Amino acid sequence: MMDENASARLTRRTLTVAHRVGLFLAMLVICLPGIWIVLSSLRPTVEIMAKPPVWIPQQLSFDAYVAMFSGIGKGGIPVLDYFRNSLIISVTSTVIAVAIGMAGGYAFARYRFRGKSGMFLGLMLTRTVPGIALSLPLFFLYVRLGIIDTHIGMILAYVALNVPFTIWLIDGFFRQVPKDLAEAAQIDGCTRWQAFWQVEFPLARPGIASAAIFAFLTCWNEFALASQLTRSVNSKTLPVGLLDYTAEFTIDWRGMCALAVVMIIPALTLTYIVQKHLVGGLTSGAVKG
Amino acid sequence: MATVSLKNLTKRYGNIAIVHGIDLEIADREFIALVGPSGCGKSTTLRMIAGLEDISGGTIDIGGRMVNDLPPRSRNISMVFQSYALYPHMTVRENLGFSLKIAGAAKDDMDRRVAEASAILGLDELLERRPSQLSGGQRQRVAMGRAIVRDPDVFLFDEPLSNLDAKLRTQMRTEIKKLHAKVKSTVIYVTHDQVEAMTLADRIVIMRSGYIEQVGTPDEVFSRPATRFVAGFIGSPPMNLHEATVSDGKLVFGSGDSLPLPGQFKSKTAAGDKVVFGIRPDDFFPTGHGLSSGGDTEVHRLELPVSITEPLGNETLVFAEFNGTDWVSRMLNPKPLKAGDRIGMSFDLSRAHLFSAETGKSLRV
Repeated sequence: MMDENASARLTRRTLTVAHRVGLFLAMLVICLPGIWIVLSSLRPTVEIMAKPPVWIPQQLSFDAYVAMFSGIGKGGIPVLDYFRNSLIISVTSTVIAVAIGMAGGYAFARYRFRGKSGMFLGLMLTRTVPGIALSLPLFFLYVRLGIIDTHIGMILAYVALNVPFTIWLIDGFFRQVPKDLAEAAQIDGCTRWQAFWQVEFPLARPGIASAAIFAFLTCWNEFALASQLTRSVNSKTLPVGLLDYTAEFTIDWRGMCALAVVMIIPALTLTYIVQKHLVGGLTSGAVKG
Repeated sequence: MATVSLKNLTKRYGNIAIVHGIDLEIADREFIALVGPSGCGKSTTLRMIAGLEDISGGTIDIGGRMVNDLPPRSRNISMVFQSYALYPHMTVRENLGFSLKIAGAAKDDMDRRVAEASAILGLDELLERRPSQLSGGQRQRVAMGRAIVRDPDVFLFDEPLSNLDAKLRTQMRTEIKKLHAKVKSTVIYVTHDQVEAMTLADRIVIMRSGYIEQVGTPDEVFSRPATRFVAGFIGSPPMNLHEATVSDGKLVFGSGDSLPLPGQFKSKTAAGDKVVFGIRPDDFFPTGHGLSSGGDTEVHRLELPVSITEPLGNETLVFAEFNGTDWVSRMLNPKPLKAGDRIGMSFDLSRAHLFSAETGKSLRV
């Protein structure tokens, strides 16, 4: 006779295994495009284009990566220029968007003022406009202003794109920091400014870090606007650089995949570095018993 | 060392007044409790004294210095919040020392003062922990420690015990009293719990709807409540309060039941006056089971049916039916009773209260 405990244990084990298999399949679906890109960057076009697809690569080589850095005329593209542009534009606009997001988020979380909800809704509404719809008006505007194909132009566009989101996210995190803490800090001798930096900022840091990651990745990966507003190595970013691998009649899939891998690496690294700041629940223990 | 003086202190949000021009003089080293039901303006008053809330009118003086527009940090006060408001990202030691760090105190001075406060409150074992690793009572103690470290002129407490369970609350109440005896600062203590106010304070300020109803020592507000509201608010179980009409030396209640008009009020009432009769459970008791023996006092005896009893061990609360409702009485040296029993009840009318039904003011004065 099988006792109840043994059967319960068996059920639990079966469920655990089913759970793991399910997770594995889900992760496989999510990761497959990434794996495919990495594989494709390492094998010849013949194999990439083969039908039916070749799952196990026959030969691997780093030719595409070597070529990429070999300079114009040898299959190379100005990848270092693109990388520099991407980095300058993404980092600067992220820093600005997070700074504005902190100021705005704090204001929305802590102060009462006329038109607050209207303003907040307005900010959110700007997110409903698809970025690509803005590219033509922005193009004309930038031409008039003479900031087409400049870092500053791209930074402006990305700050505008990210600010509503950073404000919204950071507002939520400041709301979670009890108001009592800032008041206690003021009684303990802080100015409002000190209370913010000593108490409220450290507690909202996970939120600010997530806002920063999201803003950075948006800028780093953005293609639609960048493809319209950049012209040359002065300001072309990596996603736009991918187009260098398309010619009139051919597309160099292998090179494009190699550049995509190069693009992914810094984004992955940054996310990895910042994610340790994303520990939630830091405010627990502040109030109530 | 500081007196606190509020003159015509007013708080308005738009057109709605929350605190209506209150006046209060608090002596140096005095322990004052602001007490009242929620929404009576006591916390707002405290927050105005702390500088966390702008004032709409009047003045606040601390130690003879007008502080109306000074930020909290310039008032040399400290405050214990209901929520404790400990900084979760700092250890207990850092929490205690935070105000000193902000003030730029020297390291050894800071260590000394943190050690002193920690010794007073028994926090030595907890100094390296974070608030999330502390129990409610320990957090409460850290919050008080943070207040002591500043060595302030005035301590402000905003319902500091409401988040604790009943047992811990009683314990912390004693600790706060001891603390005041040790540090001898002026204390303003906000609570909605009249027992806390009675046990801790030198004087109690009873507030209602943004007005001060009465200021007095615990004994004064208990024995000589100035208004019907104070009479009902202070004391547990609360005073029996019932409307009656004065008629021919008697108080006639709604149901037709009557009691003799207490002698001290004879000259203060006229026939036909609408009044509120009040008697504490201690002064209305099963005959032979009360505080007063009824010797030279003015005792009226009636036989009344018991509706329910609440035995508490050393005493029993007896709800006796009179005038169609239950009147609570306190039975000392209790003997077993059950619902429906008829027992002799004594009203010690020399200790009864009468309030004007119209204004709610005591007719004693």
